[in-house]
Amino acid sequence: MAQYIARRLLMIIPTLIAISLITFVIMHATPGSPLQPTAPNANPLPPAAQQALARRFGLDKPLWQQYLVYLKNIWNLDFGISYQYRTREVKDIIYRTFPISLHLGAMAMAVAILVGIPLGVLAAVNQNGPIDYVCSLFATLGVSLPNFILALFLIVLFVRLVPIIPRTGGWSSPIDWVLPTLALSLGPVGILARYTRASMVEVMRQDFIRTAQAKGLSDVQVVLRHVLKNGLIPPITILGPMFAAIGTGSPFVEKIFRVPGMGRFFVDSLITRDYPMIMAVILLYGAFLAVMNLLVDVLYGVVDPRIRLS
Amino acid sequence: MATTGAGLTGRAERADALIWATRPHRTLWRDAFDRLIANRLAMVGGILIIVISLLAILAPVISPYDYAQPDYAAISQFPTWTGKHPLGTDLVGRDMLTRMLWGAQVSMAVGLGAQIIVFLIGVPIGALSGYMGGRIDSLLMRLVDVMYAFPQLLFVILIMSALGRGFQNVFIAIGVTGWVTLARLTRAEFLSLRERDYVVAARAAGAGPWRLITKHMLPNALSPIIVALTFGIPQAIFTEAALSFIGIGIPEPRPSWGKMAGEYQEYITSYWYMSIFPSIAIAVVMLAFTFFGDGLRDALDPRTRRST
Repeated sequence: MAQYIARRLLMIIPTLIAISLITFVIMHATPGSPLQPTAPNANPLPPAAQQALARRFGLDKPLWQQYLVYLKNIWNLDFGISYQYRTREVKDIIYRTFPISLHLGAMAMAVAILVGIPLGVLAAVNQNGPIDYVCSLFATLGVSLPNFILALFLIVLFVRLVPIIPRTGGWSSPIDWVLPTLALSLGPVGILARYTRASMVEVMRQDFIRTAQAKGLSDVQVVLRHVLKNGLIPPITILGPMFAAIGTGSPFVEKIFRVPGMGRFFVDSLITRDYPMIMAVILLYGAFLAVMNLLVDVLYGVVDPRIRLS
Repeated sequence: MATTGAGLTGRAERADALIWATRPHRTLWRDAFDRLIANRLAMVGGILIIVISLLAILAPVISPYDYAQPDYAAISQFPTWTGKHPLGTDLVGRDMLTRMLWGAQVSMAVGLGAQIIVFLIGVPIGALSGYMGGRIDSLLMRLVDVMYAFPQLLFVILIMSALGRGFQNVFIAIGVTGWVTLARLTRAEFLSLRERDYVVAARAAGAGPWRLITKHMLPNALSPIIVALTFGIPQAIFTEAALSFIGIGIPEPRPSWGKMAGEYQEYITSYWYMSIFPSIAIAVVMLAFTFFGDGLRDALDPRTRRST
């Protein structure tokens, strides 16, 4: 087991190098540079100042050298200085904003698990009954509505029509957490409910379930002890990528609710071509996704002893 | 093949042929179509798609105003449902109804257009990978794996920020990131089809790779590909809306639903309609395609029906 985990962790490195290379090439192969602002009212820099800036940020070297220097730096966890906020290191920005995104993501994830899985179970148990239809409608809505659309609907509903939440925006008190969490979690709730229902239905057709019923277990017992145990494996496999997707913050939800998380900085950095920031966020995301997938694979082996990791 | 001469067997054969001729000719596609028609939710989705497509195509004809023309006498007018500006006007007095209609054009064009690119990239790569196997397969699949390690929306955003805002660029960005799933699916189909008896027979009869792929394998892999493409449409519409929402999608002055929702989301507590109307439109079009896609999948492959 330890060996398996170690090997998988090592495998993450080439993946990250590939991601960083692709990102680096795309970012640099395109016209426009942070030193040549194309905005109509941008301040034209004298050539000497441009050269000085290029030297300072290492942009005067050939591309492959820039890339190698970059690789060396991130090995030391040095992501460089943000082009956008010239006095701040990318590391600092991420250090301050990532926990907020993670906090929001974790809350949304908790809601998704606590609502989505029971919803799927209820739907599977009451197959083709009214609860099933309500669940599947809910799941379809959750899957197909973009979270930024949902966020706008939630604001109109809970701030304007039924004023339960006094305001939108900010991140200072728990009341500010409610709407962003709801907006971010409905999609995952829908996906989890769908997965759980499908896999529960599949398990309920198995012979051992009939055996459990035949030996006189109550319906609740059958579901809790036999169906659930086997039916939860597929939903668990999507928890990892799901958490990686929402744990790093949604730029959209963070923008709408003015949450000071990483997603918002990411969008700003894209518009201003803040290379160090873009690269750092994408690498962080790739690493996060890879670790989450590993975690799921390990968890998979724990939940289902039939699966042996090798 | 028996000879069709005189005698009992010959007559029986002719009778068989007659029965075959009078029986309505049914194909796989015809059956699927019937099943699709019978699915009420899918039909609702289909009708919505047709209506929205018509509105999109007719936008230049039926729009009451020019989409970029501000009416300074009517700035930020709330919807009146009738009269000059039934859905109100935006912050600079542009007619909301007009902009909604033109927005439909962008969404539908991106949704369908991006799928053409996805098809043109994904199917050949998947087919080549599945048909050739060996080194080409593992090379292509390595590429697919790297693409998978990237979160798709992040990749699209990255490409858009590299290409810059633009109508074609949105197609390109969605196309070059969206093919991965389709390539995987096509490869899996081809891997299993390659070993089927009729393919082996066709190869034994001397069919070349091109003929094998286009005449024997692709037609049989088509239904999952169509389903995947159908589900790709709402995905592309969503991606365009998301890009435009954060301001790196469709450039000015063209209206897009995502852009309208993004531009006016700050005013949601006062001028709610400016962002809510486009939001509703995005929600409706996404749901319509999802319902239709679900129905299509059930119709094309009855074995994978969800509600069993």
